[in-house]
Amino acid sequence: MDLEVIYSYIPRFVEAFWLTLKIGWFGILIAFIVGILTAFAVHFKIPVLSKIAGIYIEIFRNTPLLVQLFFIYFGLPKLGIRVSAESCGAVGLGLLGGSYMAEAIRSGLDAISLAQTESALALGMKKTQVFKYIILPEAFSLSVPAIVANLIFLLKETSVFSAISLMDLMFTAKDLIGLYYDTTETLFLLVIFYLIMLLPVSLIGNAVEKKYRYRMLGQ
Amino acid sequence: MGFEVLLKGTNFIRLLSGLWVALRISLISVAISIFLGMILGILMTLKAPVIQAVSRIYLEFIRIMPQMVLLFLVYFGTTRVFNLNISAETSALIVFSLWGTAEMSDLVRGSLKSIPKIQYESSFSLGLNTYQTYVYVIVPQIVRRMIPLSINLITRMIKTTSLVMMIGIVEVLKVGQQIIEANRKSSPNAAFGVYLTVFLLYFLACWPIGRLAKYLEKKWAN
Amino acid sequence: MSAEAKEILTVKEITKRFDDIQVLDRVSLQVKSGEVVVIVGPSGCGKSTFLRCLNALEDIQEGEVILDGEVINPTNSGLSKAREKIGMVFQSYELFPHKTVLQNLTLAPMKVKKVGKKEAEEEALKLLDRVGLLSKKDNYPRQLSGGQKQRVAIIRALMMHPEILLLDEITAALDPEMVREVLDVVLSLAAEGRTMMIVTHEMQFARAVADRMIFIDGGRIVEEGAPDDFFDRPKTDRLRKFLNSFSYESCGQTT
Repeated sequence: MDLEVIYSYIPRFVEAFWLTLKIGWFGILIAFIVGILTAFAVHFKIPVLSKIAGIYIEIFRNTPLLVQLFFIYFGLPKLGIRVSAESCGAVGLGLLGGSYMAEAIRSGLDAISLAQTESALALGMKKTQVFKYIILPEAFSLSVPAIVANLIFLLKETSVFSAISLMDLMFTAKDLIGLYYDTTETLFLLVIFYLIMLLPVSLIGNAVEKKYRYRMLGQ
Repeated sequence: MGFEVLLKGTNFIRLLSGLWVALRISLISVAISIFLGMILGILMTLKAPVIQAVSRIYLEFIRIMPQMVLLFLVYFGTTRVFNLNISAETSALIVFSLWGTAEMSDLVRGSLKSIPKIQYESSFSLGLNTYQTYVYVIVPQIVRRMIPLSINLITRMIKTTSLVMMIGIVEVLKVGQQIIEANRKSSPNAAFGVYLTVFLLYFLACWPIGRLAKYLEKKWAN
Repeated sequence: MSAEAKEILTVKEITKRFDDIQVLDRVSLQVKSGEVVVIVGPSGCGKSTFLRCLNALEDIQEGEVILDGEVINPTNSGLSKAREKIGMVFQSYELFPHKTVLQNLTLAPMKVKKVGKKEAEEEALKLLDRVGLLSKKDNYPRQLSGGQKQRVAIIRALMMHPEILLLDEITAALDPEMVREVLDVVLSLAAEGRTMMIVTHEMQFARAVADRMIFIDGGRIVEEGAPDDFFDRPKTDRLRKFLNSFSYESCGQTT
């Protein structure tokens, strides 16, 4: 490996890194919002909306992000819906992630036993108070492992952004290999930058998970 | 809307055969993964520190890296480092098998550990020997846990194989792209119809398999 | 219990149906202040459902429940008002797993009654001390034994200063050696004059704690009376049979 080559490539990777991270976290934010709304619609069996939410979840969980992006970026403009590559990446990731987050949150909500709700009601709490102080925090702590897994999954999925010509880490790596054939150095940097992006999330995620597991229901 | 392109000549058949390329890669990889994953999973439950350390590192690395990066490492990297020239399809098979083996071994390890010790003890106390205990008591319980999870792995694998177009394999998305290019003049809106069709094809491939896994999981819940 | 004690709870002819199955059939009952009413009966006879109807965890098809002279109003805020006055303890404890013991105790007073944090905690600590669990105040429910959890659940209900306490088979899920510690708490509550309705299978305990016994079978009150009459001189065949199922005769011995 040539260290000088590596040094000279770093600025391009840093730039691509920030772009990937920006779109990635923006997409994850969308995923959270979409996921929470659809999970509520399904869990509370809101008429019509729960059906739509259910179909949405099934469709987006059963198709690859790459295909979703192709459809949004190349297909939709034919209907007059045009989005920039960056928005397309964020929206695509958000829609994919929303369906995964919805499942995670819904299964947390579903896991709270009726008796917990009843015991809170028996203490004189109103329904909104029961939801706010009992159901929501318990459901959240039950969903934490799945949410952490989804975060890592979604950050990894950003690696297909290059398909819609976003200059992300993959795009940069492919470009550099094509231009200069410094394959080893480029791949090394590619791995390092993905580790920088994913390792902290993985480590923090593990710690958070442990904390919530400790607080969860006894065996 | 661009759907008419698909009715022209053999276009739809071409699209389907593109899908088959992706499906074939994922099915072969799943078969390899299940086989190797079982072995690795069992090895991981043995109390051998070296095996545990090596498999830990292997698992962590494979699972934290995007599959796209792994594809690049194998496809571009091996040529350089080992002077091997492997085809894109072989690279894909290697990557997805490596990834699937990691996922599978963790599932096997998890379900082996989830069988409570008392199951072994009650089997022994009935007079069954170790071999009989595994064959009649432990393995049937593990298989029930494993089958839905393995089926889920198939759908994840199919979705992931869409990535192989990025290393130049002509699969369904690439075929779609070619069809759109070839009919740019006659059907300028082909992109909508073709990509929507590809989208639906993937859904039709994954959704029933996912349903089956869910059904089995429920049926075998206890 | 003084003779002129006022009535706290009046149940008038309540009927409960699950779909087509009649669970409670025109059950009526009055509970006076300071009275301890113990309800027994075979499994599935409707006794737990009866308790759950009193604080409207189950809806009723006919009849009414009158608390402190007011019919319980089945709107969200009406229910929450009534439930403040009716404490309930469940078989499965139902402590909130994401909150510490102390937080479990102070949550409802702070949120429902708007009691200040300091005041709520002071009272909680006093009650914890009384049931011998002061040292567990910062533990999470999963770190407690079943008996400890149930003691916390009882004082959690007390934190709301209920006028009447409903105990629904609170020892049914406990290991035998933990039953005593929970029942001792209930006995001490009875001694200080708390109004309680208790569903239980512990017959000795029932006899010790009850002012009045009630036997429910097939969704109706079949027999009621003072504990001594109830256990020693049952009037109905059904009660006699039921009580017999709790006693054992040693093998080979004929009487």
